[in-house]
Formats: sequence, C-alpha cells, structure tokens
Amino acid sequence: MMIINGVTIDKTFAEAFPMKATRAIITAQNEKWAMISAQAMTGFATSVIACGCEAGIERVLDPSETPDGRPGVSVMIFAMGGKGLAKQLETRAGQCVLTSPTSALFAGIESDKPIPLGKNLRYFGDGFQISKVIGGKRYWRVPVMDGEFLTEATTGQVEAVGGGNFLVLAESQPQALAACEAAIEEMRKIPNVIMPFPGGVVRSGSKVGSKYKALGASTNDAFCPTLKGITKTDLSPEIESVMEIVIDGLTKEDIDKAMRVGIQAVCDLGAENGVKRISAGNYGGKLGPFHFHLQEIMA
Amino acid sequence: MTALTFTLKQRPAQRVDLSPLVCQKLAGLSPTDIAALELDSGKRKIRVDELFTIAGYDTQQIVIKNSYSKLDFIGKELTEGQIRVEGDVGAYLGLGMKSGTITVNGNAGLFAACEMKKGFVQINGNTGDFLGAALPGNKMGMKGGTVLVKGNAGERVGDHMRRGVILIEGNAGDYCGSRMTAGTIAVMGNTGRYTGFAMRRGTLLLWNKPELPATFNDCGSHTLAFLPMLFASFKGFDSKFADTAAVFNRVRRYGGDMAEMGRGEVLVRL
Repeated sequence: MMIINGVTIDKTFAEAFPMKATRAIITAQNEKWAMISAQAMTGFATSVIACGCEAGIERVLDPSETPDGRPGVSVMIFAMGGKGLAKQLETRAGQCVLTSPTSALFAGIESDKPIPLGKNLRYFGDGFQISKVIGGKRYWRVPVMDGEFLTEATTGQVEAVGGGNFLVLAESQPQALAACEAAIEEMRKIPNVIMPFPGGVVRSGSKVGSKYKALGASTNDAFCPTLKGITKTDLSPEIESVMEIVIDGLTKEDIDKAMRVGIQAVCDLGAENGVKRISAGNYGGKLGPFHFHLQEIMA
Repeated sequence: MTALTFTLKQRPAQRVDLSPLVCQKLAGLSPTDIAALELDSGKRKIRVDELFTIAGYDTQQIVIKNSYSKLDFIGKELTEGQIRVEGDVGAYLGLGMKSGTITVNGNAGLFAACEMKKGFVQINGNTGDFLGAALPGNKMGMKGGTVLVKGNAGERVGDHMRRGVILIEGNAGDYCGSRMTAGTIAVMGNTGRYTGFAMRRGTLLLWNKPELPATFNDCGSHTLAFLPMLFASFKGFDSKFADTAAVFNRVRRYGGDMAEMGRGEVLVRL
C-alpha cells in the first residue's frame, strides 16, 4: 500500500490509447490576442467521444521563440486518426485563427508526415493569395481586412498517446476541485502534454458502455458518490466528490511526467485538505495498450 | 583533401565551355582522366591540361583560378559540392544548377543562374543581363535557390522567374522582374526603367522608389509580417542583406502588372 501525505495511491493503472497529434503556433500583436485565438481554436475539443478531437493550449511562447518574433501560444490537437486530425486542424484554423485579428499561424512540430495548415486556407484569398518559400518552408500570405494573414502551408503529424488520467477522491467537492487546480497548475509546466477538459479537469468521468445501446460510454457509476449505496461502488463512505484529470501527450514518458507532478501536487495538499485517494480510469485493459501504473509513477 | 584547382595558363581567343568541370562529373575520376577531358572552344576541342594547371584532388571542392570573361557554363547543372572562381566568368554561370554552391570573386556575364533550380550562387562583382532568367524561347526562369550579387546586375533580372530569391546589393538594370511568374527579387540600389514589366506574380522588394510602368497601381502603405521572416532567412549570408540594420517591415505596395494578370507586387521600403 502506498500512502503519500495521508493520500492513498491505488494499486491500479490508467489506460491510454494511441492517437495522432499535431502542434501549431499562433502569434498575434500581443499575448492577449494570441491567447484569444488559441482558446477559440482549442474550444469544444474536450473528448474525441463527440468533439472529433482533443485540443488544448500547451504553453505561452516568448517572442524569441516564435517564427515571426511576436508573442505566441502553442496549441496541440489530438485525434484518433490522421484524416480526422487534418480535418479538425483545418476547420479550426480556418474558423478560429484566420478570423482572429492580427493572427499568424505556424507549424509547431516537424515530421515526415506533413498535414495541411494553411495549404487550403489560402483559397480564402480568392486568387489574391501569395506564396513565399522562406528557408525551404512554404508560407501563404492571405489578404484579409486587417492586413495579411500569414500562415505556414503545413505542420507535422506525429504518433501520440491519449487518455492518460488519474482520479482525485476527496471528502468534499471544493476540496476535490482545489486539489485538481493545484495539479493542473503544475502539469501545465510540462511540455508536450495537454489536459483537454475544461480547465484541465473533468467531473463526468465515463466507463466503457451503457445500458442504452446507442451510447458507447456512460457515467462511471463506481466513482459517483451519490450512488454509493446502490451500485457496485469503488468509494469508501467518506468520499463525497471525485474529479479526473485527463492527459494527452506526445509520448508515454511525457504523460508519465505530467501525472507525476500532478499527483504530487495533489498529495502536497494531503489528507488534511480532504484529499483521501488517487485512483485511475482502469477498464480492465480493454481501452488501450498504454498502461500508467500509479504506484510505479510515484515510486 | 585539398580542393581540385584549375589555374588558367593563357586566355584562349575563343569562348570555352566549362560545363564538364562540375563536381558530379569529376567525382571518381583520376587526375589523369580529368586532364584528358576535352572542352569545346569555338570549333576546336581543347584538353583540360592544355588550358589549365591542375592541382588538388577533392572533386567536391573545385577552384578555378585566373578565370576571365570567356569561360562559359561554369557549374552547369551542378548537383553537389562547391565551385569557387577567382576572376570573371562568362555567360551561363550555374545554368540549370540543381544543388551546391558557386562563388565568383569577380564579374559574371549574361544569363548567370538562369533556369537554376536549387542551391546558392554568390557573385561578388557585377553580373550581366538576364540574371536568373529563362533561356531565350523558354517560359520558365529560375525555379528555386538563392542568388546573391554584391555589385550591380544588368537588364531583365529574373525574366520569367518562377521561384527562388535573387538578392542584389547594387543596382539593377531595366525591366527588372519582367514577366515574373513568382519568386522574390530584392534590390538595395536603384532599378532601371520598366521595373516589373509584364509581371504576373512574385515580389520585387526595393530600397528605392522605382520608375514603374503605368500599369502598376498603388495599394498603400503596410506593415507586412512576412518581411522580418524573409530577412531572417538571409542571416547566414556574407552580405548587407544579413545586416540587422537592413531589416524593415513597413513598405509601400504597388500591385501589377495590370496589363498582365496583376498579382505581382513591388514593395518599396518606407
């Protein structure tokens, strides 16, 4: 049994599955507008179950780190397949970055599998678009009402891992949320990962399957505190609220790292702040080939 | 290994076609083989060792010394390696070049870097007409790569140019960027008459206001985000273009040639 600062770490593992991922860099006149564009682009992208992709802001970039020397934000998008990823990237870039004042859009990752970034958005230019090959990379200058939208033609697509997670079990809802907030703050410092749910935290963790044939996933009743007495529960009597943090990352190691710092931040608050247990979404090995053993990660 | 060096012994009366002396064609040849190669000169054929003193072995680094303005086709269709020329060169320097680097410490003649596809050509002196252009009758000029001219360029720079970058630190003659299909030409000095004549697409980036045909229309002053990125890509060059003081992003934009498809632009520094 593993206990850190009064918090029990379950002997279980989180299951994750292979995904395709990409990264793009959004820049703008200032950080505020780069962030607005990035938030729009990564909106409604919490889960592949119904959003088509999972997306999030990786981090804010200093002007010295961006291709055009302006403040920027790097965003990552994860999808189950390459085609879906390309479609999501393109529609989101078209509706949320092209439209955003002063924005420019660049590749954030290199790979031997390029996927269109501005390659097709250029047609918005109605023939007035201009291509420039700079340093071996193709860019498009699309005339727009605020000036020019500058975008790189392609970005890279890489193999990635989606669905790493852990559950925070606490004595009250505010305590569960406070613990998750602390975890997210630390996890956002880790590169190559995103936490796609609102604010990084999901309160409606799901299990595979449902009593309703049409649904592939449904509420994780074993972790629902209000069902403690009427279902095969995983909760002890004092647990009143459970929240989950889901992590998508470029590699298993990236997710390992994010989980470690996240769980550590939760444990730092400890039992005295109402956090009692850390568990994980374990589907008996049915969900995916990547397994994140909590006790090994925290060892 | 020392660079394979060809030192010209005397200047022949007729022009000489040096296209056999490129890195990929000499690779694997012994010094004796190279010496026995024949070069076209007028109606004659001249052995390489008749014309040059040969030293060194490295066929990936070729040096041509004592060069003068009748040595044509240097670096023709070069696919690898480096060629350095001490002295002037004739016409068709780097014709259809596919990769590699050519440096000329002297002046170049007509059609330098014409129909070039990739690679880097640096001319430290002046260059003749039709730099980076298409051969007469052909529709596609330079298709890629970079040409840097430290002196002045002649007329018709980038005629029918399709892609790539031409950088001129000095002046350019008349019809600069004529019939351009795309690509970028930057001129720090002055340009002659009819700049951008019949330009279809592409960018002329100028430091001084040109004399434009009446078929170019003023599109106003703008801050263009791609310009600092373009300048950043010149950073590694031994050139004024690499100087951070040269960087600007405010330009006056003229669109044209409206007598053609009119998607080209002349950007003049403000």
